Amino acid sequence: MTVEGPNGHPLLEVKRLKKYFPIRKGFMRREVGAVRAVDDVSFHINRGETLSLVGESGCGKTTTARCILRAVDPTDGQILFRPTEDTVFDVAQSTRRELRRLRRDMQMIFQDPFSSLNPRFPLLEIVGEPLLVNGMRSGRERQERVEELLRLVGMRPEYMRRFPHAFSGGQRQRIGIARALALNPTLVVADEPVSALDVSVQAQILNLLLDLQQKLGLTYLFVAHDLSVVKHLSDRVAVMYVGRLVEMTDRERLFNSPRHPYTEALLSSVPEPDPRRRSQRIVLEGEVANPAAPPSGCYFHPRCRYAQDVCRTDTPVWEEVAEGHWVACHRAKELELAGVRDRLPMNTAAGNSTNPATNATLAAGSATDGDATDDSE
Amino acid sequence: MAEDHTTRTIESNVAVGVAREEERISVATQWQLTWWRFRKHKVANIAAIVLIMYYVVVLFADFFAYADPNLPAAKRGLLPPQPIHLFDDDGWNPHVLAFEGSRDPETFKRVYEILGDQQIPVQFFAQGLEYEILGIIPWDRHLIGVSDDAGGALAQEHVSLLGADIQGRDMWSRIIFATRISMTIGLIAVAISQILGIVIGGVSGYFGGLIDTVIQRIIEIVRSIPQIPLLMGIAAAVPKDWSIEQIYFAITILLALILWTELARVVRGRFLSLREEDFVMAAELAGASRMRIILRHMVPSFLSHIIAATTLAIPTIIISETSLSFLGLGLRPPAISWGVLLQQAQNIQVLALSPWLLLPALPVIVAILAFNFLGDGLRDAADPYGT
Amino acid sequence: MATLAAGKRRPLLRVHNLKTYFFPDEGTVRAVDGASFEVCAGQTLGIVGESGCGKSVTARSILRIVEHPGGIVEGEIRYLHRTDGREVELDLAQISADGPEMRQIRGGEIAMIFQEPMTSFSPVHPIGSQIVEAIRLHSPLGKREARERAADLLRQVGISRAEARLNEYAYQLSGGLRQRAMIAMALSAEPRVLIADEPTTALDVTTQAQILDLLRQLQTDLGMAIILITHNLGVVAEMCDTVVVMYLGRVVEEGSVDAIFHNPKHPYTRLLLQSIPSLYSEARVPLPTISGAIPHPYNRPEGCPFHDRCPQFIPGTCDRHVPELQALDEEKSDQLVSCFLYHEPTDERA
Repeated sequence: MTVEGPNGHPLLEVKRLKKYFPIRKGFMRREVGAVRAVDDVSFHINRGETLSLVGESGCGKTTTARCILRAVDPTDGQILFRPTEDTVFDVAQSTRRELRRLRRDMQMIFQDPFSSLNPRFPLLEIVGEPLLVNGMRSGRERQERVEELLRLVGMRPEYMRRFPHAFSGGQRQRIGIARALALNPTLVVADEPVSALDVSVQAQILNLLLDLQQKLGLTYLFVAHDLSVVKHLSDRVAVMYVGRLVEMTDRERLFNSPRHPYTEALLSSVPEPDPRRRSQRIVLEGEVANPAAPPSGCYFHPRCRYAQDVCRTDTPVWEEVAEGHWVACHRAKELELAGVRDRLPMNTAAGNSTNPATNATLAAGSATDGDATDDSE
Repeated sequence: MAEDHTTRTIESNVAVGVAREEERISVATQWQLTWWRFRKHKVANIAAIVLIMYYVVVLFADFFAYADPNLPAAKRGLLPPQPIHLFDDDGWNPHVLAFEGSRDPETFKRVYEILGDQQIPVQFFAQGLEYEILGIIPWDRHLIGVSDDAGGALAQEHVSLLGADIQGRDMWSRIIFATRISMTIGLIAVAISQILGIVIGGVSGYFGGLIDTVIQRIIEIVRSIPQIPLLMGIAAAVPKDWSIEQIYFAITILLALILWTELARVVRGRFLSLREEDFVMAAELAGASRMRIILRHMVPSFLSHIIAATTLAIPTIIISETSLSFLGLGLRPPAISWGVLLQQAQNIQVLALSPWLLLPALPVIVAILAFNFLGDGLRDAADPYGT
Repeated sequence: MATLAAGKRRPLLRVHNLKTYFFPDEGTVRAVDGASFEVCAGQTLGIVGESGCGKSVTARSILRIVEHPGGIVEGEIRYLHRTDGREVELDLAQISADGPEMRQIRGGEIAMIFQEPMTSFSPVHPIGSQIVEAIRLHSPLGKREARERAADLLRQVGISRAEARLNEYAYQLSGGLRQRAMIAMALSAEPRVLIADEPTTALDVTTQAQILDLLRQLQTDLGMAIILITHNLGVVAEMCDTVVVMYLGRVVEEGSVDAIFHNPKHPYTRLLLQSIPSLYSEARVPLPTISGAIPHPYNRPEGCPFHDRCPQFIPGTCDRHVPELQALDEEKSDQLVSCFLYHEPTDERA
């Protein structure tokens, strides 16, 4: 499967990626089985877009992201990365030396703003480290670049002598973003970048991410579990369940006309911040399958309300059921599933914006102060 | 309301103070933060001062002692401590009382009679035996001693602040010199065991896999060997004709070989957990080399823990040496260590009649407690996210 | 001080001007600084706010399990205690935290479930014996009856193979099952008030939906009052009848769930609601944000705690006076707001 995106080849193509973690037991730790954290996953990311990988904890989304960065070594599969139109690398096969080169083009934003910054380094060293180890020896040059980066993420450059413990979670996340951007990467993998933050700070970081994408033409692989955030940030969305992709398509189609029953249930589970939209949810029965001993056939069949005999025996194929809409479900073409638009009686007149408060009058300048919010912190 | 107003003003002043304080804290390195936190730990501070005093004694043992610790004097055998009297009838006049020894005709024990009318004047920085400070500068002054003004026969005398042992050797001076040996044997043994522990534990934790498994099994085996029988066996194997220095060295190595497993486990654990830390992964993704990651990111992150662990390991070694020597397996006379001194106190009869022979236990207890308190304080202070 | 519309039903629990402070060596932390709300039987009250707003400390204060060096310094926690078939109003803030009444109430009449059930269960005992213990603490049942009751409870919270599960340990259960078992244990003494502190924060959305469903159904069956503490506005909208919005230890707004979500008055509530992305809002556009960050607890701003982040800050008023929680207007007394946009400063401090 080679995909041609709208801008030529996609930036990243993941083909049949597998990552099994061995289960070891006994005195000499013999291998007795494997957790199939990532189990035959294929997708691609086009240049300049945001692809979100969503799923519940343990579904393998983080492992997939780490395989792409080769923070963990994949068991099998290809990860084709094209930093430019004419060059292609298989990250899965790259040597250490090649990886060091490649990693200038792919960087990561971490979930935990506390453990991702070395508490022993001041900002200058944290943000400057990628520059230093990639050959920017001059201290002055580095300092200037760090200043520029801090300004870019909405932090005061004067803070660069400070240590991470002096900053709040949101500010630390900005620092982590500045570090990720130090080498001008093409692809940024963001692993749950806002889930550890307070609600009021989340929006600042989301705005910053969108703004940076626009300014720098970044491509994002966004790993998250919060569907509202995913909806807000993504161009396309891929849904994972127990190590496999179940559905991937563009944002509007995924949220409004999903083709996989798991996507439908997932969308229906999101509690909406609007008491007038309370409704009957699809409450999934049972538990997420164990990736060390997954069920036969479709991994989702024990919890699926549309399951038939074939779902219990045969593994569904990952196929493109409509242009740009991949699904792994035996009944993808026949089922009529509900998206967020169908879910509820629209009894508010608010139309597009559901937060009624959005329409409330507010003092000017309060609403969209975007990324420059740091000064008042 | 008025009262409330006052509290508010105070609080706003506090807030200004807090802001200034915050600026100071913001640019503080991890070491500074650790130091500030350590300063708050009163007991550990006191322990640190006590230990500094110990090591001052170790360095200048010749100055603090006033007699040759190995010089026997038959006429002083089992001499009881001579307390210093600060005043006499005429006012300030520090002195000790002279004594006369004789043998009890019935029991054949030496008995001492205080000669109430005869005083031996004492003073600080008194002239005495010649020695060399740190082996370089010759000097003859001691912390305390018979006053320089005392003429005649008295000048040849010396005091026995803490009494004397069965051979008449001065206990005070012996304890001082024992401190030198016991407090340094700990340091050297700890240094060797910590280096072993860090290297082996680091290798185990960083490389993982088969190497890790093998090292872990070795550690488990070493730790499962009962220590006392092992030590007894090895002590028996030490040739009798070895010099004090050789035995001292052998004991040190022996203790180190037993103790490294503890730290190796800690270091391995830290390495394993640090390998999973996001900031280590971030450095790797930034393209940092392995060496840089280990030296710049991982080692500093647990250096403080190693310092604390080391501080807590020293008392273990001191106790080990003391108990070994006490059992006659460690240092042997004429070497002087706390354990050697305490060995003399084994005899219950001696003990009943001359309880001052038990005095060497006191510096052992104080040193062990001080190391433990200091270690606790350092460990608490080193935890960067604790409160 | 106005309270929510009186007269309808007698509230089970009324908290008035609760202040819980912590006194560590570094200074005073005013974790809860004047919280007031009430909750009736069969109703769900949501306490919502971000980290450091004092929502969890409020819950702990009600149960009198605030850890050292903290303590209730002021305020009332009036609870309708049921004893010998009568109802007596007790001020939980005044009685001894370890006294017989409080022990009877805690876990008996007022139960609590926590965010991470892993730490709420002992790892060395099977969950069954822990639930049995909880049952026998508040009832005279014998061992066997208590065990049957425990199995019933597990069935009631939707755990299949209840008898077998009683012998399992907490680590053997998935997050969702553990939270169900935790709820079962909380229900063991048939509480009249259930305090749920971030009950679904550690769970995935599909499991969260299951647990919220369960709580709703249990409330219908048992008529409990639920105090739901969360930072998730979606969960609040889904579950609650009335909502208390807290910021830095103070209640900034309080009202019916519809009023809070559709007619919020306090700038903080409004901004908070706008700043969260929703499945229905427009994607990939800048979200309104609240500038700055939540201040450090030692660095509380003077006056209104929100004034330094507030877009409608009134100089000279908001930074000098502390707003009181007051009804929006005389007739409409079911929405309370603590903001000088709606009322004049009442205190004389300047």
